[in-house]
Amino acid sequence: MDTDVTSPAAVTGRETKTLDRVVIRFAGDSGDGMQLTGNQFTNTTAIAGNDLSTLPDFPAEIRAPAGTLPGVSGFQIHFSSSDVFTPGDAPDVLVAMNPAALRVNLADLKKGGILIVNTDAFGPRDLEKAGLKVSPLEDGSLAGYRLFAVELSRLTKAALKETELNAKEIDRCKNFFALGMMYWLFNRSMDTTLRWIDEKFGKQPKFQQANALALKGGRAYCEATEVFHESYEIPPARLAPGRYKNISGNSALALGYVAASQKCGLPLFLGSYPITPASDILHELSMFKNFGVRTFQAEDEIAGIASAIGAAFGGALAITTTSGPGIALKTEAIGLATMVELPIVINNIQRGGPSTGLPTKTEQADLLQAMFGRNSEAPIPILAPCTPGDCFWIAFEAARIAIKYMVPVMVLSDGYLANGAEPWRVPDLSELPEVPVHFASDPATFKPYLRDPKTLSRPWAIPGTPDLEHRIGGLEKEDVTGNVSYDPVNHENMIHLRTEKVARVVQDIPDLVVNGEPSGKLLVVGWGSTYGAIVGAVSTLRAEGHAVSSIHLRHLNPFPGNLAEILSRFEKILIPEMNLGQLSMLIRARFLIDTIGYNKVQGKPFKEAEIRVRIMDLLESN
Amino acid sequence: MSASEKGPETPVLTKKDFVTDQEVRWCPGCGDYGILSAVQSVFPELGIPREKFVVVSGIGCAARFPYYMNTYGFHTIHGRAPAVATGLKVMRPDLDVWVVGGDGDLLSIGGNHLIHVLRRNVGLKILMFNNRIYGLTKGQYSPTSEFGKKTKSTPYGSVDRPFNTVSLALGAEATFVARTVDVFGAHLKEMLRRAAEHKGTAFVEIYQNCNIFNDGAFDYMREKEVRDDATLTLRHGQPLLFGKNHDKGIRVRESIPEVVTVGKDGVMEKDIMVHDERGPMATSFLLSRLTPPEFPTPIGVFRGQELEAYEDGMDKQIRDAVERRGAPDLRKLLDAGDTWTVQ
Repeated sequence: MDTDVTSPAAVTGRETKTLDRVVIRFAGDSGDGMQLTGNQFTNTTAIAGNDLSTLPDFPAEIRAPAGTLPGVSGFQIHFSSSDVFTPGDAPDVLVAMNPAALRVNLADLKKGGILIVNTDAFGPRDLEKAGLKVSPLEDGSLAGYRLFAVELSRLTKAALKETELNAKEIDRCKNFFALGMMYWLFNRSMDTTLRWIDEKFGKQPKFQQANALALKGGRAYCEATEVFHESYEIPPARLAPGRYKNISGNSALALGYVAASQKCGLPLFLGSYPITPASDILHELSMFKNFGVRTFQAEDEIAGIASAIGAAFGGALAITTTSGPGIALKTEAIGLATMVELPIVINNIQRGGPSTGLPTKTEQADLLQAMFGRNSEAPIPILAPCTPGDCFWIAFEAARIAIKYMVPVMVLSDGYLANGAEPWRVPDLSELPEVPVHFASDPATFKPYLRDPKTLSRPWAIPGTPDLEHRIGGLEKEDVTGNVSYDPVNHENMIHLRTEKVARVVQDIPDLVVNGEPSGKLLVVGWGSTYGAIVGAVSTLRAEGHAVSSIHLRHLNPFPGNLAEILSRFEKILIPEMNLGQLSMLIRARFLIDTIGYNKVQGKPFKEAEIRVRIMDLLESN
Repeated sequence: MSASEKGPETPVLTKKDFVTDQEVRWCPGCGDYGILSAVQSVFPELGIPREKFVVVSGIGCAARFPYYMNTYGFHTIHGRAPAVATGLKVMRPDLDVWVVGGDGDLLSIGGNHLIHVLRRNVGLKILMFNNRIYGLTKGQYSPTSEFGKKTKSTPYGSVDRPFNTVSLALGAEATFVARTVDVFGAHLKEMLRRAAEHKGTAFVEIYQNCNIFNDGAFDYMREKEVRDDATLTLRHGQPLLFGKNHDKGIRVRESIPEVVTVGKDGVMEKDIMVHDERGPMATSFLLSRLTPPEFPTPIGVFRGQELEAYEDGMDKQIRDAVERRGAPDLRKLLDAGDTWTVQ
């Protein structure tokens, strides 16, 4: 393999500048391969040792009409030699493959930022499809940016003239030409991407050759011409020692459940119906067959969870994956799992709603659905990962709580965590939590609803165990015996027992740790994927000398045991959420205190700057 | 799986072993009693340890069945029993999983799960009690109620056309489809045994009388005096003959079935169609279209075709994957993909 790690500066005599952090956005048509380009740049950046965070942003349509505004697909990466908390507020570099991509994304680009444009896609028809009358390349509207007009299509064609590809196939390689240019600009090795090309196209030599040529062509173009006068270097970040890999939230969840299954010794079952943005978990888990993973693509959402409940009855670590609309359909079955007290994990990868809403965009507006979205009193534990990598640990935590307390557990991830990626330190096996399992086997002491005095969990007696034959079901059960009972006092007792059991999960979850002073004027409270933006904003302001603290909830039900006490030590509580104030409502109701909501429901995550501004407003007001 | 296996000295089981201490709460005279008794008689004959049986049900009168069977049991939610049972069977192919439901449960709210479990050929035995009415909700018409039926919710008669249950099951690619009747004790048990032997999904429709809300729904074919002329007992390899004198039969000419009498108009026994459970699907389907009053009601096994069961296919993929990629290794799993080391 042709490798080239020499600094281009050494070859060309051009200057290499060292930067601390950079935000790049790749934008093009859905068919231009922007997600792929972004992922390749991300993997290369991860291996170069930077801390990073990504935000893929693509339309719900698979192929909206080419060249139109709704068809624009983007991928943003923020990478740095120091800590990265979010995908970045505004890009320093924008790569725009067509006029539509330019029009949609230009407003976000920093003033003076680098703008790389494929001029071959700026013909009259291209402009018309993007709703433009005059080319922005000619009307002066790009004057505030460092514009690099590149004939990407023509250059790619020239680089691939010796290949057997037809014109259309050649044009589809232009994303790798652009990627090659970015590798030169940021002094990156092409090794990772060349290796990926070999693996991906190993059986189709003409595509393997073409993509490699396009990538190298882009880099060679920058080297040979003086399109860029300088290149940039972002030294590796000082991450904790260890082995790292780049991981998305959905991959981390999948990996976490396989690992939890291995640790607890129970085979993993996934019952699922495809839905954006959760389907990748099904795809990933379906590859782990040699770990005994059984994935069942069900006929609908209800069958997805129903099969998981059946698998749990049989003694599996059983999970289901979906998004908000799927949870709506699974609601009755979650009630059943609550009633029969079997352990399953329900993963809701939240998206914009209600109804079909914004399938590919992020939101965290299903918290109250998770808390209350069932008939009658049916509390369940709720967990929320805070970063893509944390999804691995949340999977473990969910499995552990479900099995220990014999209860369905809800995990609330979201589209941002699911598709976003970050460097993740691969844990040692010794760091993985134990997930103890006990199956009942003694007929002398077995009663289907005889509870553990500490956890209140009932025994797990799986079919096939001699002399423990028993019946479970959705009808109310008599305490201890599990026989059907319509007795009013027993019903009330069972309602209390199921509620108390979930409340007791608090004895098994860690106390919150305050980021910043333990008391003061302002506490920012977050949950789920807002972690990066909140911690980033709070860290920056604290470094500037402002007194602000934050906590982040990974356990939403029950809340950690020390939450009330922490809240009581601050004058003001700010809760940023991608909803209209759902955590605020829970905290107000539970603790009888006031909170200040900061609510954004635009299908996009918070920017650090937005939260910084809100915090400063509160610090400066009385 | 830590479920223990029974040793070779498995005790001989009797019907009594399958009776629970729960008081049976179906209406006196309900057809379900006869079915319960037949199932409790057949289970001990099957040579399967009691702890390996699981009875799964949805919602409805029939769905109370698990409470009366001294096996593992799961009374789930309306329509979803096939889906719950699928998850169980896929994880635990060692278990003998029976699904019990009514026509409302399995054909209406659970219709989607039923057709998909049939096409997948999951190794479940599905007993559908068809009484052509909603019993537990007190007398509304069901998806098998006849056109024009007057019920509480259709005082002017229903304008819905009913499912032909057997046609539906065959259309969903079922590998085993049978029909029997609650009061035909011997035949009912025979169908249960046949279902028990089948690998893949065994679907048995059981005509069942609801003496409260739809009494006499099947009198036209199950009463002693009409039974011989109104039913056609399907037997593999045997001609389709019926009637008191066993001289009436089904002849098929140019794909059109007709009732003929042997010895009349030159009809001979060789002209009568011979039943083949494993024949072309079109033939099985043709049998399912024999409906009264023109034809006798066929009972017995319409189709019994051996195809790999879903859970066996899944097991095979797992064994192959272990062979190809090696036994599970958590360390390797975590390290897989592009990684880098920070000192």
